[in-house]
Amino acid sequence: MRIDKPAQLTKLRKELVAVEKKHTKKIMICCGPGCLANGAAKIVEEFRKVLKKKHIRGFKIEALKETGCHGFCERGPLVIIEPRGTFYTKVKPKDVEEIINESIRKDETVERLLYDDPSNGHKIERYNDIPFYSHQQRIALRNLGHIDQYKIEDYIVADGYNALVKALTKMKPDEIIAEVTTSGLRGRGGAGFSTGRKWATCAKAEDTPHYVICNGDEGDPGAFMDRSIMEGDPHSVLEGMIIAAYAVGAHEGYIYVREEYPLAIENLKLAIHQATEYGFLGENILGSGFSLTLNVSRGGGAFVCGESSALMKSVAGEVGEPRAKYVRSVLKGFHDKPTVLNNVETYANIPVIIDKGGEWFAGIGTPGSSGTKAFSLVGKVRNTGLIEVPMGTKLREIIYDIGGGILDNRPFKAVQTGGPSGGCLPEEKLDLPVDFDTLTEAYSMMGSGGMIVMDDHTCVVDLAKYFLAFLVEESCGKCVPCREGLFQLHAMVKKISEGQGIEEDIEKMEKLSDVIIKSSLCGLGKSGPNPFLSTVRYFRDEYLAHIRDKKCPAKVCRELIRFDIIADKCDGCTACLSACAFDAITGKKNEVHVIDQDKCTKCGACEAVCTRNAIEVS
Amino acid sequence: MVHLTINGQVVQANDGEMLLDVIKRMGIDIPAICQHDAVEPFGSCRLCTVEITKADWDGWKNYVTSCLYPVADGLIVNTHSETVNEIRKTLLDLYLARHPNSLFVRKLAAEHGVTKTSYEEIPDGDDCILCGLCTRICERMGFSAISTVGRGHSKEVAPPLKEAPPDCVGCLACAQCCPTGHIKFSEEGASRSIWGKQFEKIACSKCGKLTITKEFADSLSETRNIPREYFDVCDDCRRKEIALTMGRLAQWSREEETV
Repeated sequence: MRIDKPAQLTKLRKELVAVEKKHTKKIMICCGPGCLANGAAKIVEEFRKVLKKKHIRGFKIEALKETGCHGFCERGPLVIIEPRGTFYTKVKPKDVEEIINESIRKDETVERLLYDDPSNGHKIERYNDIPFYSHQQRIALRNLGHIDQYKIEDYIVADGYNALVKALTKMKPDEIIAEVTTSGLRGRGGAGFSTGRKWATCAKAEDTPHYVICNGDEGDPGAFMDRSIMEGDPHSVLEGMIIAAYAVGAHEGYIYVREEYPLAIENLKLAIHQATEYGFLGENILGSGFSLTLNVSRGGGAFVCGESSALMKSVAGEVGEPRAKYVRSVLKGFHDKPTVLNNVETYANIPVIIDKGGEWFAGIGTPGSSGTKAFSLVGKVRNTGLIEVPMGTKLREIIYDIGGGILDNRPFKAVQTGGPSGGCLPEEKLDLPVDFDTLTEAYSMMGSGGMIVMDDHTCVVDLAKYFLAFLVEESCGKCVPCREGLFQLHAMVKKISEGQGIEEDIEKMEKLSDVIIKSSLCGLGKSGPNPFLSTVRYFRDEYLAHIRDKKCPAKVCRELIRFDIIADKCDGCTACLSACAFDAITGKKNEVHVIDQDKCTKCGACEAVCTRNAIEVS
Repeated sequence: MVHLTINGQVVQANDGEMLLDVIKRMGIDIPAICQHDAVEPFGSCRLCTVEITKADWDGWKNYVTSCLYPVADGLIVNTHSETVNEIRKTLLDLYLARHPNSLFVRKLAAEHGVTKTSYEEIPDGDDCILCGLCTRICERMGFSAISTVGRGHSKEVAPPLKEAPPDCVGCLACAQCCPTGHIKFSEEGASRSIWGKQFEKIACSKCGKLTITKEFADSLSETRNIPREYFDVCDDCRRKEIALTMGRLAQWSREEETV
């Protein structure tokens, strides 16, 4: 069915809402990346099987929905029964029948599958009452977990494409741009450039044609915000892009998605197909005379292709290498034409801004950074997952209230924000209100929203080594400071982690970092030394311990630690002996075992299997 | 026309020109080893980095590659500030660590006071400095027979699949513009070998002198719409032929006048 007039959409929405209302209960199964990895597909299958077999009066199979990421990945697979919001965690296929019996047939709950608050052990039934959710405010992630990710009808029921109608029928392009500028929205991809200003520059550019591109090349290790949006709510991205294209006068657009996200590619293509059928895309959209085609462009998974100029080259089919941007890509971008490039999350915010107004959006967050920001909260926190909070929320709130604190009540050490080229913030920065500017002032950055929490078992030298190795590997290799400079920086950090460093190295590395920052061609190189700089700024003592005392305080760096078996504690169970892949452990059953230091590779396998805590790391 | 200040001297420049063009014209010597007039500026060596500022930038300075930075009115440029010299020196230090055996790199580094690298040396480092001149010139010639392969520190210049490149015509443009002489080729009689591919050169039908390769001639004739026979005669013989024709014409016109 093609929609040519706004009234038709209103009518369609009414019909669809009526259908939705008939479902007295709905089963929402989270099919986000985390839950799928934990077997959500099997749960969906089981639900379908049992529901078919049991036939429950008043329950239609359409009320079973495969949603995008609900956020609380750590407790997945998640099943939510709406409208009550009953929140079942770690569901297994064998639990399905019981859920149907208790929650669908009756109005009961399956107590053992409910969330138990780790602070007091109490069970909490509804997700809105769980601290992980109650401290969040969701705008970009508004529909995730609440609509079926494969159905445009569900998006329409959730007021989807309302903003598009408003934009195309009631607003002029410059009014849209003014609204976005008022909202104060800044690019969610990392740099935080004003979206309204970017659009205005492109709209004014005389050269034609104009293009819109969506950056879905989320490459930071541990980040999955954009992935979740593209998979779970692809229409919000499309709607944002269509509005952007109308505002800047573009008739062709691309969504650049990394090859590693096959489901995102599939769902976006499906969404484009559905939107075209309904007339939200293609020729003469909603009878307005405005036309736009959108295509999905698949990237090969090179980190550097998240950089705007490299991305545009990659979309055009060339090698993904950045170019100097002394002329900005908004004026000379894709095919050297004016191009608006925004990140997935930025586009997902647009429909809400148009719907509710820029003033409303600007009222959320901080004066310099309005709105909310999605983060993927990972690492050593209790509640890992996908979250969205107003800008200005304190790190402590994110890590302790939403994240539930550090695993096993260990001490907090640092949090890495902004991906590999972001920074590492220590405990004294926990009360920092998170926004674009405060993070930059604290020598870190917002980046696209990865947040990795670390406890005292993390060695910052090892961390810097890991991220630098990642950047050396992902550097495109075009310019010398990034290609050779980061390589040398990594080599020096590695030397320190092996106890081979000297104190002068730190100063030398700081100088080299300064040259890399000043002389690299693109953002990857310019921010490349950050893993070293931010850790050495806040944890210089730890570097010095590696250099002066040849000790790794966190007991991580293999060259500086040794594993021993404490004779008093060892009961000779032979578990460690069988776990050691290098035959470094000897001993007879029921007798004390010994580690041969020459053979030991310090992999830690023995420590992991020992139930007596008899393995000592020093 | 714009006016800018370079090392304290006010100079004029044309709109659209790059800083490096003006700097060179003034006779100021700064290294720029990935730059070549035959191809677009690229910005990979970073050695032509200069310091720029403007009167109204409140003392803020930026470091840009002059090969890619367009001239602008009121720009104040310093090609040898302390920081710029430090950047250049560090870059050459890094080059030297990667290519300790390259005479070209050693000479250039020594000119800037770096005779020994302070970084971890790659003892068997080759001569390819990844300036990208060869691949860009090849693309410019219309062949794109070679390209850079891989990324990061293991990036290299190579033909597709590292086999004899099917699109190479043996024109030698890549080898001619390689600043370090890394690209090797051999010539023996009428045959030429480069990138593991063998070529036969054309012998002039008049004097027998060897000219370009047959593949190069075929390609030029096809893409530039030149008759293939054009390449059967060498430039010298063609010049001789034209001179003779011109001579005959002159003789003929003199005879006409006297009649």
